[in-house]
Amino acid sequence: MHDATSVQAIELAAPAATESVWRVVARTAFPFLVVAALWEIVAHLGIFPPRLFPTLEQVGSVFVRLTAQGILPHHAVETLLRLLAGFALAAVVGVTVGILMGRFSLAEDVFLPLVSIGAPIPGIAYAPLFLLWFGLGSVSTVLLVGFVSVFPIIFNTWTGVKAVKEIWVRSAQAMGADDRRLFRHVILPGALPYVLTGLRLGLAQAWRILVGVEMLAAVPWGLGWLIFGAREFLNTDVMLAGVAVIGIIGLALEKLVFQRIEEFTVVRWGMMT
Amino acid sequence: MIASVQLRSLRRGALGLLVAAAAYEIAARSGAFPPALLPTLPAVGRALVTGIADGSLLLHAFHTLYRVLCGFALAIAVALPLGVLMARFRPVENFVLPLASALMPIPSLAWVPVFILWFGLGDLVAILVVFYAATFPLLLNTWSGVRAVNPLWLRAAGAMGADERALFRKVIVPGALPFIITGLRQAFLRSWIAVVGAEMIAASNWGLGWVIFDAKEFLNADVMLASLAVIGAIGLIFERLVFGSLERATVLRWGMVRAAKT
Repeated sequence: MHDATSVQAIELAAPAATESVWRVVARTAFPFLVVAALWEIVAHLGIFPPRLFPTLEQVGSVFVRLTAQGILPHHAVETLLRLLAGFALAAVVGVTVGILMGRFSLAEDVFLPLVSIGAPIPGIAYAPLFLLWFGLGSVSTVLLVGFVSVFPIIFNTWTGVKAVKEIWVRSAQAMGADDRRLFRHVILPGALPYVLTGLRLGLAQAWRILVGVEMLAAVPWGLGWLIFGAREFLNTDVMLAGVAVIGIIGLALEKLVFQRIEEFTVVRWGMMT
Repeated sequence: MIASVQLRSLRRGALGLLVAAAAYEIAARSGAFPPALLPTLPAVGRALVTGIADGSLLLHAFHTLYRVLCGFALAIAVALPLGVLMARFRPVENFVLPLASALMPIPSLAWVPVFILWFGLGDLVAILVVFYAATFPLLLNTWSGVRAVNPLWLRAAGAMGADERALFRKVIVPGALPFIITGLRQAFLRSWIAVVGAEMIAASNWGLGWVIFDAKEFLNADVMLASLAVIGAIGLIFERLVFGSLERATVLRWGMVRAAKT
C-alpha cells in the first residue's frame, strides 16, 4: 500500500536537522502570509459583500470573542465528546470482530460478506436513516460515527491478525505458550501495527463525517451545527472561525494522538521504523 | 482440498447473509417497529425496481455522477500537475505543502455552508466540495510518487540520452503511477462521501443524497434503503471496475506492483 501520510511526516521532519529552526518557521509561514494578504486585499476592495467575505480581523475578533465567552470551546467539546464516544464504540466492536475473523474461519466466513457489503456505502448516506430510527440529536450522531469508523478497524485488525508470522506462532507454541499467552504476547503485538492503522483510518473517517452529520442531526451544540446555524444569519465570520477550529482539531488529532501512540508502541518494539 | 475449503467459505458466507436477512425480515414483520421505519425486504426491492423502472432513480444517479465527475476532473486537472511540480521544484513544494497540510484536516463537509453562502444552492457547491475532498489525497500521493521514482532509473535514462520530455513521459510518470492510482482511489472514495453529504446539506432537487434526505420527510424508509443500495453499487463499480482495470492495464501489466495474493 502506497500511502502518502506517513511519508509526509518523515519528509517534513527531515530538513529541520540541517536548517536553522527560524528558517523553517519562516519558510512555513510564508505561504500563509501570501494567502492572508491576498484575502485581505480582496476583502478590503469590496468586490464581494463584506457580510459574505469578511476581513481576517473580523474573523479573528469573532474567534477571540466567542472563545472568551466560552461558546466556541463549548461547541468544540461537544463535538469531541461525540467523536470519542462513537470512536470508542467502533474501536471495541471493530477490534473484537476483527480478531475473531482473523482467528476463527467460521467468523471470517460469516462476517466478511456482511462487512464487504456494508463498507463501500459512504457512511453519511445512512444519516437520514439513523435519524429516522434513533431520532434527531446526539444518539444518532454517535451511533453513525461509530458505524462509519468500524469498517476500516475491522478490515485492518483482520488483516493484521492474519499477517502475524506463522513461525512466531509456532515457535511460541513449541516453547509451551498456552492460548492466552499466545494471544497476549504474540498475536496482539504482531497485529498491532495494522490495528493502529485501522484505528487511525477509522478516526479519520469519523472526523470527516461528524461535522456533516451534526449539520443534519440538529444537535444543540457542536461545531457542525455552529457553522450551519451561522448560515441563516449570514455570519460568515462565525462560520470561518468554526472552520478554523475544526482544522485545528483535525491537525491535533493527527499530530498529537496518532504519532504519539505509534512512537509509544510499535516503533519502540522495533516493529516499524 | 482448496476447492472444498472455498466451497465451505462460500456456504458459510451465504448462510451468514441469509441469517442476517432473515433476522431483519422477522424484525420488520414482527410489528415491534412501525413498518414505515423498518420496511420489509420485498418492499425495499419494490422501491428499487419502481425507482429504476420509472427512471427517477437513474436520473438522480446521473445528477450525482455528473457532480462527482466534474469535481473529480477538476481535482485531477489541478492536483496532478501541482503534485509533479512540487516534487520537481523545491520552491513550489515549500509554498504548497504547508497550505495543503493546514487545509487537509478540515473535512470537506465543513465547507458546505460556507460554499452555499458564496455560490448559492446548486451544482456548483457540490462540485466544489468534491473538488476539495479529492484534491488533497491526489496531490500528496502524486508528490510522494514522483519523489519515490528510483533515482537510478533517472540517471540511467539520462545516460542513455533521454531529454527532459522523454524522461518525464517514459520514466517519471510510469514510475509514479502506483502512487497516483492509489491517490485516485482515495480521492474517489472521499468525493463519493462528499457528494452525498453535500447533496443532503445543500438540498438541491436532484441527486441520490437528496433522495435519501427527502425520503426522511415522508418516512419512506424503503426509498432510502433502495437509494443506499444504488449508492453502494456505484461506489463499488468505480472502485472495482474503473480503478481496478486502470491498475491492471498499467502498473500490474508493467510489473510495478504485484496483485494481492488473495
